[in-house]
Amino acid sequence: MIAATGIDLRLGAADVLSGAQLCTRPGQVVGLIGPNGSGKSSLLRCLYGMLRPNRGAVLIDGEAIASMSQRSIARSVSVVTQDASADGIDISVGEFVLLGRHVHRGDHQGFTDDDRKAALEGLEMVDMAGFVERSLNHLSGGERQRVMIARCIAQQSPVILLDEPTNHLDVRYQHEVLTLVRRLKIDTIVVLHDLNLASRYCDHLVLLDYGTVVHQGRPDEVLRSDVLEPVYGIEVRRLADGQHSHLAFGPLAT
Amino acid sequence: MSLLEATDRATTTSSADWVGSRRSTLIALTLITVVSVIVAIGLGPVGVAPPTVLRIIGHHVFGLFEAENWARTDDAIIWEVRLPRVLLGAIVGSALGVVGVTLQAIVRNPLAEPYILGVSSGASTGAAAAILFGIGSGLGAESVSLMAFFGALGALALVLALARSTGRITPSRMLVAGVAVSYLLSAVTSLLILFAHSAEGARAVMFWLLGSLANADWSTLPIGYLGMGLGMVLVFWWRRRLDLLALGDETAMASGVDPGRTRLLLVIVVALCVGFAVSLSGGIGFVGLAAPHIARRVIGPIHRHLIPASAALGALMLVWADVAARMALQPRELPIGVVTGVVGAPVLVALVRKLNHSN
Repeated sequence: MIAATGIDLRLGAADVLSGAQLCTRPGQVVGLIGPNGSGKSSLLRCLYGMLRPNRGAVLIDGEAIASMSQRSIARSVSVVTQDASADGIDISVGEFVLLGRHVHRGDHQGFTDDDRKAALEGLEMVDMAGFVERSLNHLSGGERQRVMIARCIAQQSPVILLDEPTNHLDVRYQHEVLTLVRRLKIDTIVVLHDLNLASRYCDHLVLLDYGTVVHQGRPDEVLRSDVLEPVYGIEVRRLADGQHSHLAFGPLAT
Repeated sequence: MSLLEATDRATTTSSADWVGSRRSTLIALTLITVVSVIVAIGLGPVGVAPPTVLRIIGHHVFGLFEAENWARTDDAIIWEVRLPRVLLGAIVGSALGVVGVTLQAIVRNPLAEPYILGVSSGASTGAAAAILFGIGSGLGAESVSLMAFFGALGALALVLALARSTGRITPSRMLVAGVAVSYLLSAVTSLLILFAHSAEGARAVMFWLLGSLANADWSTLPIGYLGMGLGMVLVFWWRRRLDLLALGDETAMASGVDPGRTRLLLVIVVALCVGFAVSLSGGIGFVGLAAPHIARRVIGPIHRHLIPASAALGALMLVWADVAARMALQPRELPIGVVTGVVGAPVLVALVRKLNHSN
C-alpha cells in the first residue's frame, strides 16, 4: 500500500503540485487523469522517489520513503517509466527483464536460476516468453510495453505504477496493454491521457488540475460533463452505446 | 501465441541460451591479450624470441632457468625496459577501456571517452607546471607524475562543483562542465608553455601530452596496478548499476538505483583511474573510445561482459600501438597517441561499418 498526502512540488519557479494526495486500492487499478501539465506524471514520480516533494509525505506501508533506501522503495514499487526506450542499446528482452531482479540481489551477487525463472515467468504472464532472445529494439511498441510490464512482474513488488503506458500505441495495443494490466490484479496506479480508456480499465479515478486533486471516485462519478468541462475547458458529452458509454469532446456538429 | 504455447516455449528455452554466457569469447580475448603481451615484450629495435622472453621472466620471477642461456643485454632489455613498459601499456589500456565503458553508460552518450571529464587536461596542466616551472619539485623524483595526478583531481573537483551547482548531476550538465573545464585547462597549459620560453621544456610537455609508455619502470608500476586495478574492480562491482543507468534515470530509480549518487561514485572512481593512467603515461587518446565500441559489437551491451571485454581490448590495442610506436621509425620513437589515432581511427570505422552490414 502506497499513499501520498499533502504533496507540494516546486520545479524551478513552477508550482507543479499543491496539496495533492493519492493512494493505491487493494487489487484495483487507480487511474490518474487530468489535462496536460496538471501534474499527473510528477505526482507518480513522487511515489517512487524520482522527484522529492517540497512538502508532504509518501508512505509505503506506513513508512516514509524519504527515510528508505532506493532499493527498498523499489522492492515495494515497480514502475513502467516513460524513458525505458533502450534506444541504441542492443539489449535482449531476457536480459532487460532480468534487470528487474536487481532489487533482490546485492551489487556483488550474480543473478541466480531463481532470478531467471522469475524473469521467464514475468514474460510468460505477458505472452512474451518466446521473445527472450530478441533485441528489445526490434519489438513493436505494444510488444515493448508488455516487456516493460514483465520487468515489473519479475521485480515482484506489491505495487505497480505505469506512466502513460499507452503513449504512441495504436488502439489495438492500447487495449491489449490495459487488459493485461487489469489481469494482474496487483495494486496499480496508471497515468492515462485517454479518458475513454480510463473509463473502461480503471476501478477508481483521480482527477488532477493545476497540481490539485479536484475530484475522485468511480469512473462514472468522475467522468461527468459537469466535472470535466471546467477542468479541460471543452464541451464533454456522454454517449451511451449498449453496455459501454463513451465520452465525446468538443462542439458537436449540428 | 496463447499463454500455454508461450509457457511451453519458455520451458524448452534453457536459461543458458538467453542469459548468453559469453564465457568462450571472454576466455579467447584474455588468451589473445596474454599471448600479445609476451610477443610484444620480444618486439622492438632489438628482437627477442618469445621462448627466451618467457625464460628471462621465469628466471627473474621464480628463479627458474640458468641466466647463462641468453645474452646479458637481452636480459636487461627484457627485464628492465620492455616488460615494465608492456605491463604498463596493458594496465593503462585496460583502465582506459573500462573507463570509456563506464562514462558511456553514465552520460548515456556513445561518444564519451576518458578525457571528457577534463581530467586529462588537469593532469596535463599539472605536468606542464612541474616540467616547465619545477612546481612541486619538493615532491621528489616522481614530481611530474604526482603533479599530474593532483591536476587530474583538481579538474575533477572543478567539474563536479560545476555539474552539481543545482543539485543532481545529470549527464548533460556533466558533459558541459567537462568540456568547459577541458578547454579552460588546455588554455592554461598553452599559457604555461608560452611563458616558459623553453623549447626543450615545450617538447617534453608535448611528448607528454601525446602520451608515451617510455617512462615505465618497476618503481611506479605497482602503484599503477593497484590504483587502476582497484578502480576496475569497483566498476565491475557496480556493473548492473551501469546497465540500469544506460537505460535511463527513471528506469534506474525504479530498479532501486539512485542515479545521482551512483554517477558521483563512478565519476570519482573513473577520475582516479584516469589520474593514474595519465600521470604514468600521458594523455593517450582513442583507446578509451574505441575499445568499448568494439567490445560492444563483439559481446553485447551487458556490462558484466562488456567491462572485461573492454579491458582486454584496451590492453591489446595499447600494447600493439606501443610496439608500432617503438618500431615504426626506429631508432626514434613515436608518441603512442599518434599511433592510436592514426591506426585506430580507420580500424574503428571499418569495424563498425563491417559489423553494421553483417547485422
